[in-house]
Amino acid sequence: MPQNDTIAELGLDEYGYDFVTDDKPVFKSRKGLDEEIVRQISAHKEEPAWMLEFRLKALEIFESKPMPDWGGDLDRLDLDEIYFYVRPQDRMEHSWDDVPDEIKETFEKLGIPEAERKVLAGVGAQYESEMVYHSLREEWEQQGVIFESIEDGLKKYPDLFREYFSTVVPTADNKFAALNSAVWSGGSFVYIPKGVKVEIPLQAYFRVNSEQMGQFERTLIIVDEGSEAHYIEGCTAPVYTTDSFHSGVIEIIVKPNARFRYTTIQNWSNNMYNLVTQRALVEEGAYMEWLDGNLGSKLTMKYPSCFLVGEGAHGQILSIAYASDGQHQDTGGKVVHVAPNTTSQITSKSISKGTGRASYRGLLKVYEGATAAKSNVECDALLLSETSRTDTYPYIEIDEETASIGHEATVSKVGDEQLFYLTSRGLSQEEAMTMVVRGFIEPIAKQLPLEYAIELNRLVELEMEGSVG
Amino acid sequence: MPDHLLEISDLHVSLEGEGTEILRGVDLTVGSGEIHALMGPNGSGKSTLAKVIAGHPAYEVTRGEILVNGESVLELEPNERSRAGIFMAFQYPAEIPGVTIANFLRAALNARRDDDDEIDVFAFHQLLQDKMALLQVDPDFSARYVNDGFSGGEKKRNEILQMAVLEPQLAVLDETDSGLDIDALRIVSNGVNTLAEADEKLGVLLITHYKRILQYIQPDHVHVLIRGRIRESGGPDLADHLEEHGYDWLKEETEAVPAGGA
Repeated sequence: MPQNDTIAELGLDEYGYDFVTDDKPVFKSRKGLDEEIVRQISAHKEEPAWMLEFRLKALEIFESKPMPDWGGDLDRLDLDEIYFYVRPQDRMEHSWDDVPDEIKETFEKLGIPEAERKVLAGVGAQYESEMVYHSLREEWEQQGVIFESIEDGLKKYPDLFREYFSTVVPTADNKFAALNSAVWSGGSFVYIPKGVKVEIPLQAYFRVNSEQMGQFERTLIIVDEGSEAHYIEGCTAPVYTTDSFHSGVIEIIVKPNARFRYTTIQNWSNNMYNLVTQRALVEEGAYMEWLDGNLGSKLTMKYPSCFLVGEGAHGQILSIAYASDGQHQDTGGKVVHVAPNTTSQITSKSISKGTGRASYRGLLKVYEGATAAKSNVECDALLLSETSRTDTYPYIEIDEETASIGHEATVSKVGDEQLFYLTSRGLSQEEAMTMVVRGFIEPIAKQLPLEYAIELNRLVELEMEGSVG
Repeated sequence: MPDHLLEISDLHVSLEGEGTEILRGVDLTVGSGEIHALMGPNGSGKSTLAKVIAGHPAYEVTRGEILVNGESVLELEPNERSRAGIFMAFQYPAEIPGVTIANFLRAALNARRDDDDEIDVFAFHQLLQDKMALLQVDPDFSARYVNDGFSGGEKKRNEILQMAVLEPQLAVLDETDSGLDIDALRIVSNGVNTLAEADEKLGVLLITHYKRILQYIQPDHVHVLIRGRIRESGGPDLADHLEEHGYDWLKEETEAVPAGGA
């Protein structure tokens, strides 16, 4: 697999050079996970032998790697307490009554339809959009677009699947990628054929026969030469699950001259550790954009990446994080320039409220030979109170003299004069604060499809409730 | 006797948490439909008075009263004062990046209506277009982010546009002329005159250091604030006198008043 070799040769695995860690083993027991469980998962999914081997190898790698000691505080993440594979039917067992009132209230305030609420809360079966979906699916099928659950992708398109699977995020990339490789379940498999332009965004909602979004979802997307598509994962409504650990892997291959955008908006319940590896390989003249929104969770560690491996490739990362009381958003982006004339832009916006903490962690790497590479990084943080916190960790490594790099970081507080100005026009303190925050995220919100932008704005309003004394 | 639009009596003000008085017993009355100019040298307390009327939280009223239509506003929050009909045009308007003037003004209008009586989006759009036409503001102006990267003149025009949309009873214009070139000054002054003509009940308190703006906006009354007190009140000719003689003659008089006197 040539791409795998490329990554190995370049030494791009995360542990190799950027987010450094000590070699201290944290694991003693692995009560929640062993070979038997991995075999069960594979058998349950009726997988080919190569996938079982792949999983078992991944398990070994997972066990051999220490927990990362950078980023957020993972000390309280107790993997012994985690069920590594839960069959979809078991996942449904809790009832609507078990869903906490505050989550129900938020659904209510967001005006989410009843059926959708239940899915979001993990107590319903399938988002009832079959009718909408049906006509879309016919259209996609005519274009040759493949949009399946990851399990069905493996079953129905074994050769295509195997050609690309794990080529962008190698198993050994990081501890949680290895974990995901061992126990993955759920996620999407997408293939956009050459020259096809998909107008309507592919939404994970619409996927039929899919399992609920898993704790260890795995998504593989191949965007073939000259094609265009937009994929949307998640939604702005809070996701309630009884799980407390989500560790996904998203792999995307953008072939020459293709354009692709991947949008994630996630709003986890505040007990969640959300550790996701998402990466795109961007080939000659291709364009990749990550639009990544992180709300909720206890700790999120997520750095969407673009590896610009073909001449003239462009990578774009727009990320927004909202850290409320007790939450830590450790997010940002990574761009690796390998080929000449590659360009990239990282725009990160974070908001910290109460005791929330938002960290920007970015890596920009330009290899020798990536002549005339250009990159610009902008990260802006907004603090809403004296107790909220923000940090910036920009890692920049440039081995090419002709590269041109810009980095700009700002930290601002909602100013008393701004609030006085807005309140003097009739807005309450809370409305004024919300307006400043909405303005702050506007550059990213306006990139979203309208219904998402509206939901995001409403969500920010809800988050802002009671934020001023 | 009917209530005055604005009645300030014996107003004493310090910065919150500090002892030094900035306003030391201000008396000032503005009736409906009247235009009052408040002049004075730098540091005399003019802008403080404007902010105190609008309810700026940094200031503490230690004595005295501010009545609007006969009701005290001292206990009201800035947003409540806005809804009571007070509008202050800022000397240094804040920038609110990412929020369009249109969205801001719609929120401000809705804030003074009941939750179930929000202004219709199309009706608002029409209203805004009408007001912009009235003030000869470019129709694209309202799509810009509030004061974000505006020139001094654009900021002041934005203040006047907000005033036009919010239709206050009392407009306090704080150094609206500062930092404007002659063209911008004329445009902004025309805006104020247009609004005053459109609403003959509008009361205006025009705060300025220079007489320049009074060539465009004709005041009915002129007051001079020196060291936290109104030292002189008169007709439009007082402004001419100040233009000729400066403020020094009044300062000397002030110094001459014995401490605790009057």
